[in-house]
Amino acid sequence: MKHLPVAGKALTLLFTAAFLVACSGSDTKDDEDAAAAAASAAAAAQEAERAAAAQAAEAQRRLSDAAMEAGNIFYFDYDSSTLQPQAQAALDSHIELLKTNDQSVRLEGHTDERGTREYNMALGERRANSVRDYMVVNGIASYRIETVSYGEEQPIAYGSGESNWSQNRRVELK
Amino acid sequence: MTRISVALLSMVLLLGAMAARAQLTIEITQGVDNPTAIAIAPFAWQGSGAATEDVAEVIQGDLTRSGQFDPVDRNDMLGRPSSEKEVFYRDWRAISAEYLLIGRVSGSDQMRIEFELFDVNRQAKVFEAVETGPASEARMLAHRVSDKVYERLTGIPGAFATRLLYVSVTRNPGGKDYYRLTLADSDGARPIVLLESREPVLAPNWSPNGEEIAYVSFETNRPAIFRQNLTTGKREQLTNFKGLNGSPAWSPDGNSMAMVLSKDGSPDIYIMDLNSKRLTRVTRHYAIDTEPAWMPDGKSLLFTSDRGGRPQIYRYDLRSGSTERVTYEGSYNARARVAQDGRNVVVVHQNKGRFHIAIHDLVTNRMQVLTSTELDESPSIAPNGSMVLYATKSGDRGILAAVSVDGGVKFRLPAREGDVREPAWSPYMSR
Repeated sequence: MKHLPVAGKALTLLFTAAFLVACSGSDTKDDEDAAAAAASAAAAAQEAERAAAAQAAEAQRRLSDAAMEAGNIFYFDYDSSTLQPQAQAALDSHIELLKTNDQSVRLEGHTDERGTREYNMALGERRANSVRDYMVVNGIASYRIETVSYGEEQPIAYGSGESNWSQNRRVELK
Repeated sequence: MTRISVALLSMVLLLGAMAARAQLTIEITQGVDNPTAIAIAPFAWQGSGAATEDVAEVIQGDLTRSGQFDPVDRNDMLGRPSSEKEVFYRDWRAISAEYLLIGRVSGSDQMRIEFELFDVNRQAKVFEAVETGPASEARMLAHRVSDKVYERLTGIPGAFATRLLYVSVTRNPGGKDYYRLTLADSDGARPIVLLESREPVLAPNWSPNGEEIAYVSFETNRPAIFRQNLTTGKREQLTNFKGLNGSPAWSPDGNSMAMVLSKDGSPDIYIMDLNSKRLTRVTRHYAIDTEPAWMPDGKSLLFTSDRGGRPQIYRYDLRSGSTERVTYEGSYNARARVAQDGRNVVVVHQNKGRFHIAIHDLVTNRMQVLTSTELDESPSIAPNGSMVLYATKSGDRGILAAVSVDGGVKFRLPAREGDVREPAWSPYMSR
């Protein structure tokens, strides 16, 4: 073999290949069926995987949509940091979504304009902590949650009266 | 009126209009029943070039703002004396002036204001004095003249030659607001923006010598306490703790700062040694403890706590470590500030759902509501203890207003634009 030219080597390979093809052609039908079954099984598995992925993506999308629909603002009563049932339901959607990913969130606590600014800073923090605690109890690790209070410094609605104030007493999830 | 003075007047008006956009103006809403009638004759300008400030006008504004004086209109004056020999008492009795202030201004880079006060009824000179200083500080020199005249006539040192810090916010619909920390003279003149930020700035506070300030800024996306030297502009971030970093309050000796941190759970009061930056925890309670204010002797702190259910003022004795409740009247008393006498405490007081400024006497334990405006907050007391500056609402805009500690004098300091809030009246400035 050592002295065979390159063209001779190629020729040897070609013959070997032709022989192998002839052999397979003379195989039994069972073997053929098994091969076909394996192929289709593989295809099915692949298909199932694809479907599962699509399903997961769909589930993720649904969770994401639900979280989006629930909104990222949770409202509070005057001088209160107790989570409202509505806020809990909305938060649940976010918690379900957060269980499917590894994102971190920031909770920003806010108050209305009544009362002193620094007391409201503390009240805003209480609200943010109240949301954080609910998330932690429901399975989100606390290291993934940052809380910051803005007190009454960043109202959504300017102006006085309950219609404005109620929009400002909130925690925003970002 | 001569052509020159008309030109001068229109220039003054134009300059005034330009300045007014950025600064506060003053509207007296209530004065004392029988204000003292004082005539302040225009001071004679004896320096080189043109006079830069109408010193008499600055003094007139100061005395008017105190609510205790009713200065005579210049146009009603029958003479414009600037030396004792030009003073004819009958001219001043004729327009019912009880006192007459005259003066002369000279110098160029260094300005010299000589002034003399006369008692018209007794037909005698009360006193004369001189103020000197850099011409660039002409308004401050004029305020010092006001301080002396005020003290001689009322027995209380004046607080006109002092300054104010305040926060103003310009709304930016659809975007982030602009927050500005501004330093101005006590009459709102000469505003200087010390800090501009798109994130909240709050809780400005003075060092006891008036040379430095502390405040909270959210510029790092979280609250942090900063200190800033007003002369050098040098700025230092003092805190960066998890949670609240708020309510900086310089100790009377200037060496430490009380503050609110929630790094250990709930908001508590801490004291930071400003040299070593070492922290000492003062309060330890699961409730909200906030808004520390030093008593002038530095031996105890007042603070707000809702440990009793609703926010009330408590006092912590730094030596014994004991805490006692101070306020009982009303459902909400917060953010105490103590007068230099260590007796009068101003607070935000809620009564029937409304927030007013009230004054609490630590000796008699009596509380008096001073204001009738709504959503009043952030009271700051003048270094002479006479007036309280605070923030309130006019329409849906934040403005500053002031009230005397006896409730008798009231004025407003509206700004042309933006919300103005959190005034902090300086201590007496070192010269």
